[in-house]
Amino acid sequence: MKIKNLINWSKQNLFSSVFNSLISLFCIYLIIISLPPFIDWAFLSATFEGKLKTDCKTSGACWVFVKVWFEKFMYGFYPVENIWRINLSFLILILSIAASFFVKDKFKIYILFFLIFIFPIIAFILIHGSFGMQIVESREWGGLALTFILAIFGIIFSFPLGVLLALGRRSELPVIKYFSICFIEFWRGIPLITVLFAAAVMFPLLLPADTYVDKTLRIAIGIAIFESAYIAEVVRGGLQSLSKGQYDAAKSLGMGYWKMNIFIILPQAIKTVIPGIANTFIALLKDTPLIVLVGMAEILGMINLAKANPYWLGMAVEGYVFAAAIFWVVSYFLSSYSQKLENKYSTEKK
Amino acid sequence: MKKLSNFKNNLSKNLQWQNFLPQFFLLLFFCLLIFYFTRNAQINLLARNITSGFDFLSTNSGFDVQFSLIPYDGSFSFGRAYLVGLLNTLLVSFFGIIFASILGFVIGISRLSENLLLSKLSLFYVELFRNLPLILQIFFWYFVVLRNLPSTEKSLILLNFLIVNVQGFYFPKFIFTNFPFVLYGIIFAILTIFLVKYYSNKMFYNTGKYLPVFKLSLVFLILFPLIFSFLGNVGLKFEQAKLIQNFGIFNYVGGVKLVPEFLALLFALSLYTSAFIAENVRAGILSISKGQKEAAKSIGLNNSLSLKLIIIPQALRVIIPPTTNQYLNLVKNSSLAAGIGYPDLTSVFAGTSLSQTGKAIEIIFIVMMTYLSISLFISLILNWYNKKIAFISK
Repeated sequence: MKIKNLINWSKQNLFSSVFNSLISLFCIYLIIISLPPFIDWAFLSATFEGKLKTDCKTSGACWVFVKVWFEKFMYGFYPVENIWRINLSFLILILSIAASFFVKDKFKIYILFFLIFIFPIIAFILIHGSFGMQIVESREWGGLALTFILAIFGIIFSFPLGVLLALGRRSELPVIKYFSICFIEFWRGIPLITVLFAAAVMFPLLLPADTYVDKTLRIAIGIAIFESAYIAEVVRGGLQSLSKGQYDAAKSLGMGYWKMNIFIILPQAIKTVIPGIANTFIALLKDTPLIVLVGMAEILGMINLAKANPYWLGMAVEGYVFAAAIFWVVSYFLSSYSQKLENKYSTEKK
Repeated sequence: MKKLSNFKNNLSKNLQWQNFLPQFFLLLFFCLLIFYFTRNAQINLLARNITSGFDFLSTNSGFDVQFSLIPYDGSFSFGRAYLVGLLNTLLVSFFGIIFASILGFVIGISRLSENLLLSKLSLFYVELFRNLPLILQIFFWYFVVLRNLPSTEKSLILLNFLIVNVQGFYFPKFIFTNFPFVLYGIIFAILTIFLVKYYSNKMFYNTGKYLPVFKLSLVFLILFPLIFSFLGNVGLKFEQAKLIQNFGIFNYVGGVKLVPEFLALLFALSLYTSAFIAENVRAGILSISKGQKEAAKSIGLNNSLSLKLIIIPQALRVIIPPTTNQYLNLVKNSSLAAGIGYPDLTSVFAGTSLSQTGKAIEIIFIVMMTYLSISLFISLILNWYNKKIAFISK
């Protein structure tokens, strides 16, 4: 019975016409030449146990490489005994985001407030060290943790600036309006890598000779400013989707510009653009590994370092596949979540 | 007159203190910031004994690049190095846009195929390539795929046409004699196509019948250059790359060589961008309501005509704006070339030239302005196109 169903199903879906059958056969061919060798390489004949490259005797992947270097890929040169501090700050982040799913809408605003204003301070104190904790200079930060730190700080700090720019772009005051437009279009028109180069080599020239701004901080500022232009465009979309009646109603209650925006306009606008902000964050997360090009020891930098290690030559594939798997999982699930949100909001509107 | 009173109105509005003050402070802040930065830069440059200004563009660069479209070596100026980088950026962007468009279009259509296997495979393709960081993809193509190709003496030779080895890909060079005749043929074909188009429009209004203009154009475009080259005695020779042994080292000489840096960047950019374009194409086709297709059928248009006159023009309206944005992203993303040393604008100018001269401010300024100009140019075209195709609603 089941087999009959299967045959019927494939007749309808795969072999309905000659052309269709040819396409199906081609697809099956593609799957056969690519999937089994990959599974064989990654799992069946791969080596998982061991401590040295010489433990890998099979033809498959040598996951020993990833196992041995795991801590370096994740945390860079961060002191091993302090790694719990990074873990703790990410745990706080994940818990507070998870909490926002379970609390009432009224409390969500407090969680947002916490994430934007308080969490960065806590995370910085934890990761950098203070209050008797050993200080870890930011040049020792690295690995995937650094990628996430810069991406998350980038999006958090770009948010207030982005909202201001979005309001500025819709302002009636010409100086503010054109300043915002120029600012946004400038940052959106240049690639992130030039911003990173500017932050790494040009920015120190613009400060007094005796001030020293840490390179990681400079890059974080660069990313935040760069990203604020994108956030501004997303928020502007939300502002445009609001009906004029909302402004009129707020004004008729005697609210001024700031009161109106903070209590009436922005909460509604931002709610509708949460999926857009999530997409911006995903794009940023995929762009952050670029910091490897200005010499930061983020995960790709650590892989490039590890694969050049004389004891581990020829392990590039394993390293890149490992990094790819992490980025893919994070990016895929975030984007499918944001798509779900988008569908939810678009149906709510109707 | 109205404009003037408007202006006066605006002016008086702007001079009210609650409107005037924020604008004034923004300008003041901005000017102070610029002043602060320039002042610091002057002091810092003086301390480091670096002169400012753009004179360095005409001095000898003293470094070589491994891939250039125009003659270049260390004896040329930094201005020339800039040009080399810009051309390389444009080259990889141009081919990237072409491949990404073709791939994206095919995958986007496949996503909507009734064949379940094909649509799922396309979905897999899209999700795979758009969810991986581009720099990772570039590293993968460069360090894993292209750096592990066979060495020169064990090159793969495909169809006696393409030679593949770790040094890059070698295509034969096309060498024409009497080449202008081919051009004459193409020009003649284009003229004929315009004539046919004109005639077919006329015929359509008079009799309601259509000429297969597109198919005819293709035939003309192939046939006329062929006839002309036959008449003009055009010769075509392939100059295949040759294997030469020099001091025991094998090397291919001649032909058209594509370096692996270029190929890695091209592959990664095309695949990454095509995944996004595929989604745009899919969204565009899905955006057309079923009623449109049914309406086209009910007024007697056959399948290809309804595609051509009803579906595609409407779908393009939805597809083109986000796709142009993707082209823009592709051009900007080509700057990741710095990661593998393909001599594009960023790596030649903001990388090598900057470390040679130390003129960080000028060079970063030039590079940013170049990308900004490209971006603004593309958005200008997009805006013009959007205006042209916008629904005329009353």
